[in-house]
Amino acid sequence: MNNDSAQCFLKSVIVHSFLMAATLSCLFPLMWMFRSALMSNETIFVDKSFIPQEVLWSNFHMAWTEGNFGVYFLNSVLYTVMVVAGIVLISSLAAYSFSRLQFPGRNIFFGMFIAAMMIPLPGSFVPLYVLMNKLGLANTRIGYILCMINVGLSLSILLLKPFFDKMPSDLEDAARIDGCSKLGIWRHVALPLARPAIAVIVIFNSLNVWNEYILATLLLNDKSLMPLQRGLMVFQGSHSVDYPLLMAGLTIAAAPIILVYLFMQKHIIEGLSPGAAMTLDKKPNIFEFNLPAGRPRRNIAGQAGIKEGGS
Amino acid sequence: MQAATIKRRLTVVEFRDKFENFLFIVPAVVIFSVFYIYPFLDIFNLSLHEWNGISLKRTFVGLDNFKELMTDKVWWDSLWHAGFITLIALTFQNALAFALALACDREIRLNNFYRVVFFIPPVLSEVVVGLIWQWILYAGTQNGEQIGLLNYWLTKAGFPNLIHNWLSDPKTALTCIAVVHSWKGFGWGFIMLLAGLQTIDRQLYEAARVDGAGSWSVLRHVTIPILLPVIVVVMILTILGSMQVFVLILSMVGQGLVYHTEVPITRILVSMTETNQFGYACAQGVTFGIILILISYFLKQVSNRMKQE
Amino acid sequence: MKNFFCVVLVLILASGCAQRQPEKQTLVIWHWMTDRQKAFETLASQYEQQTNIKVTFELYAPSDVYSQKVVAAAQARVLPDIFGILDKKSIFASFIESGFVADLTDEFKQDNGAWERSLFPKALAVNQFEEGNVNKIKPGIYGVPIDVTNIQMLYNRKLLQKAGVTTPPKTFDEFIAVSQALKRVGIPSLVSGWGERWLVNCFASNYAFNIMGEERVMATYRGEVPYTDPDWIKVFNVFKTLHDKGALADGIVTKANKYAEQDFALERAAFAFNGSWCVNVYQDMNPNLEYGVMLPPPINSDLPMRIWGGAGSSFIVNNSSKSKTQAIQFLKWLTAKEQQVFLAKETKNLPSNREALGALPEVLSDFAKGMDYTTHPTIWPINEHPLVIEAFDKGLQSIVIGEKTSEQVAQEVQHIKERELEKAERRK
Repeated sequence: MNNDSAQCFLKSVIVHSFLMAATLSCLFPLMWMFRSALMSNETIFVDKSFIPQEVLWSNFHMAWTEGNFGVYFLNSVLYTVMVVAGIVLISSLAAYSFSRLQFPGRNIFFGMFIAAMMIPLPGSFVPLYVLMNKLGLANTRIGYILCMINVGLSLSILLLKPFFDKMPSDLEDAARIDGCSKLGIWRHVALPLARPAIAVIVIFNSLNVWNEYILATLLLNDKSLMPLQRGLMVFQGSHSVDYPLLMAGLTIAAAPIILVYLFMQKHIIEGLSPGAAMTLDKKPNIFEFNLPAGRPRRNIAGQAGIKEGGS
Repeated sequence: MQAATIKRRLTVVEFRDKFENFLFIVPAVVIFSVFYIYPFLDIFNLSLHEWNGISLKRTFVGLDNFKELMTDKVWWDSLWHAGFITLIALTFQNALAFALALACDREIRLNNFYRVVFFIPPVLSEVVVGLIWQWILYAGTQNGEQIGLLNYWLTKAGFPNLIHNWLSDPKTALTCIAVVHSWKGFGWGFIMLLAGLQTIDRQLYEAARVDGAGSWSVLRHVTIPILLPVIVVVMILTILGSMQVFVLILSMVGQGLVYHTEVPITRILVSMTETNQFGYACAQGVTFGIILILISYFLKQVSNRMKQE
Repeated sequence: MKNFFCVVLVLILASGCAQRQPEKQTLVIWHWMTDRQKAFETLASQYEQQTNIKVTFELYAPSDVYSQKVVAAAQARVLPDIFGILDKKSIFASFIESGFVADLTDEFKQDNGAWERSLFPKALAVNQFEEGNVNKIKPGIYGVPIDVTNIQMLYNRKLLQKAGVTTPPKTFDEFIAVSQALKRVGIPSLVSGWGERWLVNCFASNYAFNIMGEERVMATYRGEVPYTDPDWIKVFNVFKTLHDKGALADGIVTKANKYAEQDFALERAAFAFNGSWCVNVYQDMNPNLEYGVMLPPPINSDLPMRIWGGAGSSFIVNNSSKSKTQAIQFLKWLTAKEQQVFLAKETKNLPSNREALGALPEVLSDFAKGMDYTTHPTIWPINEHPLVIEAFDKGLQSIVIGEKTSEQVAQEVQHIKERELEKAERRK
């Protein structure tokens, strides 16, 4: 009896110290970034202590004003929201079609999107820029947004398709019998089922757009159209770097993304709620499934059960 | 007569149906064609030319660029280097992610806290990551004390002989880069694996334990088989991401430690900007893309076969 | 749902209506100099008051992204009125050939060459193409230098004193001796951003000129002298000696210049090899730094030690600009004495106007004294092939980390050189 509980205790200690070590290694850069933001250029590398002697909260204010963060911040938010919304919409429509609907050339088009993910196009900015100029989209918000939508499209389609594949066809049939159009099925049945994948896509693309810099600099000229990363560049001179202001700026820039993640990560876990067991055999209970004219019940996936299947 | 009319109507309906289905992918295809296919065709065309990036003259050289690429030792070495980083990522990074996910799966208490904390490295900008790890791996002393954190702690812990010039030694430079890359990326694998783990019915675990299975057995026979689709997705994403790493390398070792830290993307950048061989750079890009497609295809076949078992 | 789409539609329309029609004449300038944006903007508003022409300085950093933007804009034919080219002379020539660059020779020669005479000849030379140049460009001046710079060695007086050294070394052997004295008291000797290839190349080039003279180096580029020549082995051996005698700071081959500058500012090394822009950096990081400037200590006493220098940053006028004359007038104004003095004071860079040299802080004037010894790849009659340069630089790095010997590297570089020469022959 003693041996067992001792073993259990030892296991628990190992697991906890493992988690602690990993946590420390992840928190350390964040803390260092924050603490450096409060120092001055002269003390930042000399003062090795964790809590700076002189705390300069003013650095945050200076970073905001000198980096022109006001406009850039709003632009970044606009771009992120628009691009992510666009990607979720377009990629879910496409993934749904690739997964559940038939049309000639379906596999070819899907293969194209997948291949695109693997062929990096360095130097593609040159023909892209020429094209954007011809279309009159260079130095416009909509041009940048469309470009960024394209960047995240392939991966999003790839992530969504398996979730739509797993959708039980009985659900789909029931919905169709109830008079739902294809678009309706997409909206009421497929999307809720793919909630975890959509959450991952939202996080992934938000991160990409928020941290994107090169395409923005290449495509946009007006300062008023620039995203946040552009403000951060100002602190990285060609030779001297204003480290404290840069760190303050980076802290300000990291905050919203962490918030997005905090909000979205719940959906990843909750979307696959404990009731929706990935069992080896369980028939979907279609009589529990109710499709009124308005909103469907939330846990369609949960109550119907997700059959284990291939993609 | 009637049979023929019915048949014709069916095909019209069929056509409309297929057309509707096609409409779903139209927005994606339109954007894709404009922003990817068009530049891709241009790049592909460029790979058959010699061009310095500016001149109005583009000389057609056919497959010369590709022929030269075949004998470019530095290019193939760079592929091995990227492969090495990918290997470390596949093993170290994903094992770490999996272990942490398992630990968090049962550890209900601080679950939310851990889920947030482990996602911080992917969120951090490359600038901060590069700076911090530069400082950690710094080799050099001032006033008798080691400046870099790692060397400092090694001395303090009593291993002064392990002190190393981490980023400037051909033997350790690439490994350090691989480790930092894995550290930065494990958060993704972690949330996906954790999500997958949380969907497994607890009853299965209990049933297995009642049958007398130990934790290792449970892992092998219950957890992993159910988690296989998620694992495959994570692996494919890891491979694609790690093969294309380069910003981290630039921020940690500048333009590289001789040729030891070159990866395909840095080679392409060199061809574009340093040696002004735009056509050659495009050929490198196309070749790299083909190699990645082959790797993914191979992986898909392997995973399909494993699913059948 | 409908509301959401309405909001989205409004946002899209709003984002499109961001254009404003300018009422007065405007000049658009693209540049990459983050540290000078404020100074430029001040000057721009001064100019607007004087001439009613609005000058907009648009900053795109860092410099590699800037170069990409310029290349893309050139292809799309949307280059601004004034911009800069941060690349080799051959690329500069390509820009000119393709008609993107205005020929400024006539402007410079006006009034008996007044504008030309006010600027340093070495600064102009970077933007000039001589009679019979390899790039086959019509001889003339195609750019306007707005500052000058050069790259020399710096020494930390305090650290040298700690090692018992009172005067900085004057020859290479003295330098090695000093480095060993420094080593005995645990101070690293030379730090430099040799993670950036061009800086390693610069150091090697300086010593190559000192060991065998400019003519012989040019002959090597033409293919007449092999890299396995004893003189070149001597050049490679400079690096070997530095490595063997422990005169280099740890990790020097993977340091970006930024980090090397940090190291010297934080007094982690006694010597640095850096350009005149470093004055700014050191001032910011460590205002109490006591340091001086010196030429790299020569090996060969018969030939002069040369350093790289010349125009720091230059601006080019877009040949297709609708405001070409105004652009040229603005650049004339920018390089006039008053504005140059202002820029030198604000950004702590050496002016390109000779009359503005007067009021410079001490260390900067020490840098200025070195201008007589400067040379630069952009003013040489011939440049080495980029692939050979890459092999050369990487070879130097491998010598520094003790991986290869001088002879091995010489052979490898020569091999690539012969391959490129052969290719050039075939292309003819």
